[in-house]
Amino acid sequence: MTAMNSAIKTVPKNQKKFSISKIFIYIILTLWSVTTIYPFLWVIMNSFKKNAFIQQSSFTLPVGRRFTMENFTTAFERIEIGRAYMNSIIVSIAVTIMVIILAGLAAYGLSRYKFRGKRILESLVIASMMFPVFATIIPVFRMEFSWGIANNDNNLVALLSVILPQIAGNLSFAIIVLRGYIQSLPIELEESAFLEGCNIVQIFFKIIVPVAKPSFATVAIFTFLWSYNDLFTQMFFLDRPGSRTITLLLSQIASQAGTNYGFLNAAVVLVVIPVLIVYILLQKNIIKGMTIGAVKG
Amino acid sequence: MSSNAMIYKKKKPLLLFLLPPFLFMAIFLYYPFVQNVLNSFLNITELGSKSNGINTPYYENYEKLFHDPLMGVALRNTMLMILLTIVFQVGIALLLALLVDNIKKGSHFFRTAYFFPIVISATALGLMFNLIFMYQGGMINQLLQSIGLQSTATPIDWKDEARALVTMFIPVCWQYVGFYFVILVTGLNNISQELYEAAEIDGATRIQRVHFITLPMLHNTICVCLTLAITGALKVFDLPWVMFPSGMPMDVTWLTGTYMYQQAWKLGDVDYSATIAIIIVLLGVVLSQIANRIFKEKEY
Repeated sequence: MTAMNSAIKTVPKNQKKFSISKIFIYIILTLWSVTTIYPFLWVIMNSFKKNAFIQQSSFTLPVGRRFTMENFTTAFERIEIGRAYMNSIIVSIAVTIMVIILAGLAAYGLSRYKFRGKRILESLVIASMMFPVFATIIPVFRMEFSWGIANNDNNLVALLSVILPQIAGNLSFAIIVLRGYIQSLPIELEESAFLEGCNIVQIFFKIIVPVAKPSFATVAIFTFLWSYNDLFTQMFFLDRPGSRTITLLLSQIASQAGTNYGFLNAAVVLVVIPVLIVYILLQKNIIKGMTIGAVKG
Repeated sequence: MSSNAMIYKKKKPLLLFLLPPFLFMAIFLYYPFVQNVLNSFLNITELGSKSNGINTPYYENYEKLFHDPLMGVALRNTMLMILLTIVFQVGIALLLALLVDNIKKGSHFFRTAYFFPIVISATALGLMFNLIFMYQGGMINQLLQSIGLQSTATPIDWKDEARALVTMFIPVCWQYVGFYFVILVTGLNNISQELYEAAEIDGATRIQRVHFITLPMLHNTICVCLTLAITGALKVFDLPWVMFPSGMPMDVTWLTGTYMYQQAWKLGDVDYSATIAIIIVLLGVVLSQIANRIFKEKEY
């Protein structure tokens, strides 16, 4: 390798295209990307295939006599997939909005004010990042059960019983990310707004929120995805058919589908597609959002 | 700074900012957390119902932990999971990050591709891997058959007792490699290019540069990854539950999280379930402390 390096030393850096080690590097990197991409392609391919062909020739394209739309029509007929999408979206949007509002308030208060007990509050926030959902869910269930919102016959109320603990589960992460961002903002804008007669609430909504938009977006995307994907909380609180979310429905499909593998493939595709679209559109924000809080926390 | 003090001198609005979020967390995080600790000493036979009084002796559940063979299985599997996450998730991520640091073209593509599984719900991944590891006509078996390593008549059962654990660990480890990859690549980008150039002038080989510059400079980032891997592995639930519900087959695949859920929902031993949850928290705190001691953060 040393010999090779010295041999191409005279060539400018960006022209080292054909070095063997580079090719080797690309091969390994590509191999791993195959493991992350191909399984999804395989599932999409098979979701358009008749059952018999999935078990014999799952690596072929769904064309000609192998092609069918039946798996998707079954999915829409046999399970209430539209309703489940609606439930998921209601839960995730409500959680996202509430997390943004509550975390925004807390982050602003913690980053701009000096007061007694501030350190305690801050360490409470950091400590609660360490609480796994396992350690709070049983008492939360009992509390919500006694309020009558867990397993409520009214769909929206039942969904509320998932929304509340999900908000709590995302708050501390969101506060940490937002506080980091708000703290780094220059204070001059707030000062001039204050001199022009704005009160604190106006400063928050007219200055802080618009300026901190990127970090609010980061938190929103992360919270939305987390809420959409979270199965554990939903398994606890949404035990009735009408209030099932898409993730919950999917987890119960396996037992219903039996050997209808085409249908199973289609179900996976239906759950993954919305996230896939969001990911392709917003990947930069998503990757940043999901790692930034982790590193800072 | 003086007018800053002026704006934020009046503390009254502070209440408006802090009360709603902290009240919310108090009700849905801190109070339940404390209640959960209390629950572990009580006798509760149904989810959502009141306790029937204190256990006799009050530490009954903690004693039970030591005599419960399935809890032993769950603990062993979870520890194994932590070890494997550290070795494979962080290990593969580190290798890929070091490699990607050497190239310019395509690094954005690899980042996007590697991170992709993380945004997908573990439930969907569980179903997908069920199809991949399927006995009759699953992806792996078909692949082995098509290259002649397996006869069509005798497919391998990837979910039998002997292989179930490995089959469960592979997707869990695979899913989060991209997460640590992104964190490590960010850490690599923060290392000054001048250091490498100086080393190159001094005649250091690529391997030497990795050993003497990259890895020491990456020390703190790797530390963060280890803590995250430990706490992350303790939280795993969705994917194992979808692939191997209720410890299937023959109770070999229990994890602390799935076992806790089983005790609360299926077996109605709510107070014992609360005790398991406490063990999960303790494990997270203790293990990440140990990891931080061993790989102590350094100031550069």
